[in-house]
Amino acid sequence: MRDVSIIGVGITKFGELWDKSLRELGLETGLAAINDAGITSNDIDALYIGNMAAGSTLQQEHVSALIADYCGLANQNIPATRVEAASASGGLAIRQAYMAIAGGFIDVAVVGGAEKMTDVSDSESSYTVSMGSDEQWEAKAGATFTSLHAIIAQNHILEYGTTREQLSAVAAKNHYHASLNPMAQFPFALDPTAVSKSGMVSTPLRMLDCAPNSDGAAAVVLCASEKAQKYTDKAIKIIGSGQASDTLSLHHRKYLHRFPAINIAAKKAFEDCNKKPSDLDVIEVHDNFTISEIIALEEIGVFNRGEAAQKSMEGETRLGGIMPTNTSGGLKARGHAPGATGIAQIIELVKQLRGEAGDRQVENAKLALAENHGGTAATAVVHILEAE
Amino acid sequence: MSVPRFWRELDTRYNLIGSYCKITNTYHYPRRSFNPEAGRDSIGSMEDYQFKGTGTVVTATVVHQAQTGYEMFGPYCMAIIELDEGPRITSQIVDCEPNNVKSGMKVKSVFRKLGEDSESGILHYGTKFILSEKTNTEDSNEDTIENIEL
Repeated sequence: MRDVSIIGVGITKFGELWDKSLRELGLETGLAAINDAGITSNDIDALYIGNMAAGSTLQQEHVSALIADYCGLANQNIPATRVEAASASGGLAIRQAYMAIAGGFIDVAVVGGAEKMTDVSDSESSYTVSMGSDEQWEAKAGATFTSLHAIIAQNHILEYGTTREQLSAVAAKNHYHASLNPMAQFPFALDPTAVSKSGMVSTPLRMLDCAPNSDGAAAVVLCASEKAQKYTDKAIKIIGSGQASDTLSLHHRKYLHRFPAINIAAKKAFEDCNKKPSDLDVIEVHDNFTISEIIALEEIGVFNRGEAAQKSMEGETRLGGIMPTNTSGGLKARGHAPGATGIAQIIELVKQLRGEAGDRQVENAKLALAENHGGTAATAVVHILEAE
Repeated sequence: MSVPRFWRELDTRYNLIGSYCKITNTYHYPRRSFNPEAGRDSIGSMEDYQFKGTGTVVTATVVHQAQTGYEMFGPYCMAIIELDEGPRITSQIVDCEPNNVKSGMKVKSVFRKLGEDSESGILHYGTKFILSEKTNTEDSNEDTIENIEL
């Protein structure tokens, strides 16, 4: 197996991007990433596209060919593949490119993620998100995506005594980080009491526990490490990659307060590089709801089970804490454009490891981890990155 | 939802038909022809089974922002329910004050309308649950045909 490095990144601001189409977002970030990498289109061996919902929200499938065409890669007949695993589509697209390069099949791949969630009504985009759970036996029965996470939150509360204040601290912390990130959808601080007083969505989860459904795109260029110096001197190596699945329906799980797929994917990624959670300097986790961030911290092993909520409350996941988490603002405040989210996480970590994170820079960051999951973590993807 | 997609699950939805695995002696809902715990051996050994429709609330949540198609219910109770035979199901608990539903409460299944494709589209019926014993904050209306939303 060959080593693989990230040599270029490009990202849009996430949000309600009504003036931009999926293809324009794909082009914008793809160009930014290849400019950053210093490659030309002749260097690209393959394109991978993370996208969850173009069929539902835009009535457009075959978005791999669409993006390739619009980016001018169709003339060169560059193979393009769409990867879909609900909100884990982006992270999984990176893993597909990683495996193709590590396996020696190709040298350079562009991995893009793009999503349009706000071209449709709130009700339609919410139902689209529910399709990441079991549409027939959860969504159709009346369970919203938030209500499934509400059930998870209640079980976490029952098991560990997690409190409202602890959940609110997670959202407030992510907003604080976003206030330092000019590319965030909500770049402003938020008082934890505002989270606690926000409207109820599904007990116990409130409006400000939930990440938005955003438009947005993100792209990275992956390259065989042995060839990376040809293009750049700021390559960041992917030293671990893990993926795991779980039952699609939450009700078929043994435990309702855990996301075991994250644990398994993380263990595999740590085994790849012989590292452990305490070695990490900065992480991005999939905080589609505040409870998800707490569980992810426990599944990755950053904190013991039942301790992540309190550690979050004590500021240990804030910049300056033991484990700065979601310095981008996370899904909550950077925004959540499902197909692009997993790639946006990687881009934040690349910026941290390059020392280009500006006001939110984690001092001397050398080792980073990204956790991205789809549905109620029926798919989980974990990557570990290291500064070279 | 397309007609065939709903039609082929009618038994499962209307009559709570699931599967019994003769290899592991376990029950499954919805119906499946393959039991992951028994693997290939289970193929051909899964029998149809009609659940009694009684069970216990595992966890309940009150949904304030309704799922598409459920807007008319206002705040409503969604729960994971463990059927007495073992398998778990996600379902609405109706005919009660949603905030009163707690873990451990006994429930039983009822046949209800789930939704409709459009004003002129097909109606979807299926299983929901009610509390087996009324809680003291509720009126004592029996579950008569007049109270069923058709």
